[in-house]
Amino acid sequence: MRKYIVRRLIISVITVWLIATSCFFLLRTLPGNPFQTTSLLSAEMVDRMMHYYGLDRPLWDQYVTYMQNLLRGNFGYSLKYAGQSVNGIIASTFPISAQLGLQAYFLSIPLGFLFGIVAARCRGKAVDYGLVGFSVLGVSVPVFILAAMLQYVFAIRLKWLPVAQWKSFQHTILPTVTLAFSSIAGRTRSMRTFMLEIVNEDYIKTAKAKGLSKYRVVWSHQIRNAVIPMIPTMGMEIVGMLMGSFVVEQIFAIPGIGNQFVTSIQNLDYTMTLGLTVFFGVFVVAANFIVDIVYGIVDPRIRVR
Amino acid sequence: MEHLLEVKDLQVSFDTYAGEVQAVRGVSFYLDQGETLAVVGESGCGKSVSVQTVMGIVPMPPARIKGGSILYGGEELSGKTDAQMEQYRGNEMAMIFQDSMTSLNPTMRVGRQLMEGILRHQRVSREEAKQRVLKMLGRVGIPNPENAFRRYPHTMSGGQRQRAMIAMALCCNPKILFADEPTTALDVTIQAQILELIGGLQEQFHMGVILITHDLGVVAKMADRINVMYAGRIVEAGTADQIFYHPSHPYTLGLLGAMPNLIQERKGELYNIPGAPPDLFAPPPGCAFAGRCKYCMGVCEKQDAPEFVTGDGHVSRCWLLDERGRQYRPEGFGGSAGAEGRRSDE
Repeated sequence: MRKYIVRRLIISVITVWLIATSCFFLLRTLPGNPFQTTSLLSAEMVDRMMHYYGLDRPLWDQYVTYMQNLLRGNFGYSLKYAGQSVNGIIASTFPISAQLGLQAYFLSIPLGFLFGIVAARCRGKAVDYGLVGFSVLGVSVPVFILAAMLQYVFAIRLKWLPVAQWKSFQHTILPTVTLAFSSIAGRTRSMRTFMLEIVNEDYIKTAKAKGLSKYRVVWSHQIRNAVIPMIPTMGMEIVGMLMGSFVVEQIFAIPGIGNQFVTSIQNLDYTMTLGLTVFFGVFVVAANFIVDIVYGIVDPRIRVR
Repeated sequence: MEHLLEVKDLQVSFDTYAGEVQAVRGVSFYLDQGETLAVVGESGCGKSVSVQTVMGIVPMPPARIKGGSILYGGEELSGKTDAQMEQYRGNEMAMIFQDSMTSLNPTMRVGRQLMEGILRHQRVSREEAKQRVLKMLGRVGIPNPENAFRRYPHTMSGGQRQRAMIAMALCCNPKILFADEPTTALDVTIQAQILELIGGLQEQFHMGVILITHDLGVVAKMADRINVMYAGRIVEAGTADQIFYHPSHPYTLGLLGAMPNLIQERKGELYNIPGAPPDLFAPPPGCAFAGRCKYCMGVCEKQDAPEFVTGDGHVSRCWLLDERGRQYRPEGFGGSAGAEGRRSDE
C-alpha cells in the first residue's frame, strides 16, 4: 500500500508539471498580448509594460523563471490587477467559492442518495415518477434559468432571501441551492439506477434467503454495493464545486474564484490563468488520488496490495 | 402421515409487459425428513421458480401465486406476508445457489455474511455467533476457518466458496435444504466432493433436501425420489429406481437418452430432444411436450394427459399409459410394475 501511495504521489507531481508546462506554452499561442486589449495604451507603453513584466524575454527563459517561482509556491503577479499577486487573489476568492461549493456538496450528497434510494424502493409508484421527473428536470434546466427563477420567487416575490451578493448566511442559500440542484438530480438518477441493478443480483436473493429483514437487506447489501460505482463521480464533483461556478457567481454577484478564472482568460492575464489552472490541477489530481484510495477501502475487489 | 413439506397444485405466474408468463402450472410434491428429492428438467421449466416460491424469495410483483397451497409441517405458508416468512427463511429452510461468486456479497467478509443469519434467528452474542460460524466452516471442510472468516468471496476458490455457502445455509440447522444446481458452476472433481458433503451433512442434520439440477449423473448419485418437470408441470414422478429403470414419459426417455454414456460405442452425435419447449405466454391446450414427442397421438394435442399411476408412488402424465394408447407404446414402456396405468382421478 505504501509503495502504491509513493508511486501515485510521483505520478501526481509529474501530472501537475505537465499541466503547468502545456498550459504555459498553449497560452502563448493565443493571439494578442495582455496589454493590447486596452486601446488607450500607446504602442510604446505596451512595449514598456511587456519589458516590465519580462514578457519580451525569450519564451524558454520565461518558462524557467516561472517554474522556479512555482517550485517555491509563488504564482507571480497578475498582469491585469496592478500590484496584486495571484496568490493573494486566490487567497481572497477561493474561500468564498469553497464555502459555496462545500455547502452545495454537502446538501447534494445526502439528498441525492436519499431520493435515489426512495425512488428505487418505490419503483413504479407515484413517488418514483415524481422523483424521476424531478431529476430529469434538474439535469435539463440550465443553471441560469434556475437561478433567475429562484431569485424571482424567493427574493423578489416572497422577499425571504436577498437577491444577490455575499454577506451573510442568508445570502448563501440561493446560490447553494442553485449549485446543488443539478447535482442532486443527477445523483438521484444514478443512485436509483444502481439500486435497481443490484436488486436483481444473486446475493440479494441470498440475503433474503437468510431471513434478513427487508431493511437489513437494503441497508447492508443493496445500498453499500450501489454506492461503489458512484464514488468516482463524487470525487470529481467536489473539485468542480470547490472551484466555483462562473455562472452562479456571476448571477449572484459572488466574488469567487470561478469568476476570476473566466475573466483572466478573456483578459489574457497569463500568470493569473496559469496560476489558477495549476491550482485547479492540484485539486483534481488530489481528488483522484483520494478517490482511488477510498474506492479500494469500499470495494475489496480492487484493493491494492 | 404428515409430510415435512407438501406443495399442492402450486401455480405461479409472472406479469410482464408482454403478458402473463405461466411459469409454474399446477405442481404438487412432498418432502419428508431425511430424504432427497431431485427436480429435473431443462432451463425455464419452472423448477427454480417453484422452490423459490416455497421460500418466498421470488420477487412479487412481477411474480404472483395464482393458486395452490404450501404446507410446512402442516402450516400454510402461501398466504404469509414477507415479514412472517422471514422467520422460516434461513431458519427452518435454507437455500444454496448455483453460482457462489455472484451469490455472495462481494463487499462483505465471508464471516460476517455467515454471522448475519445466526444473529437474525438466534439470541446469541456476536462472539457466540462467530464461534458457531467458525465451527460450521470447519464442518464443511474449510481447512483454516479463522482465515476464511476474514476473507472476501473473490479471494476464495469456487469450491471453497460453495462450501462457505453451504455453511451459511446450515448454520441455523434448517429442516429443509434447497440446493439450486449447487454443482453446475464447479469442476467435475469438486462437484463430487460438494455432493458428498451435502449428502453427509444431510445425514448429520437429518434434513430434507430438494436438489434442483439438470445433471442426471448428480441425480443418480443423490436422489431418493425424482420429479421430472416440463413447461411448468411435473410430467413424471417416482423413486430414483422407477425413473431410471422404468421411465414412463417420453420426455424422461428423451432426457435419459441424451445422457452421454461411456460404455456405449461412439457412433454419430449425442442424442438430443429435437425442438424447443412451448411458449409459456400461451401454453398449448394439450400436452406441452406433444410438439417434440416421437409418440405423439391425436389426443395429445387436444387435451393434456391426466396423471396415471404406474407403480407405488410412480405417476406420469402421458396418454400412452391409457389403455387405448397401448399399441403405440415403445418397448418396455409402462411403469415400474410393468402393469397397466391407472388414472389417478378415477
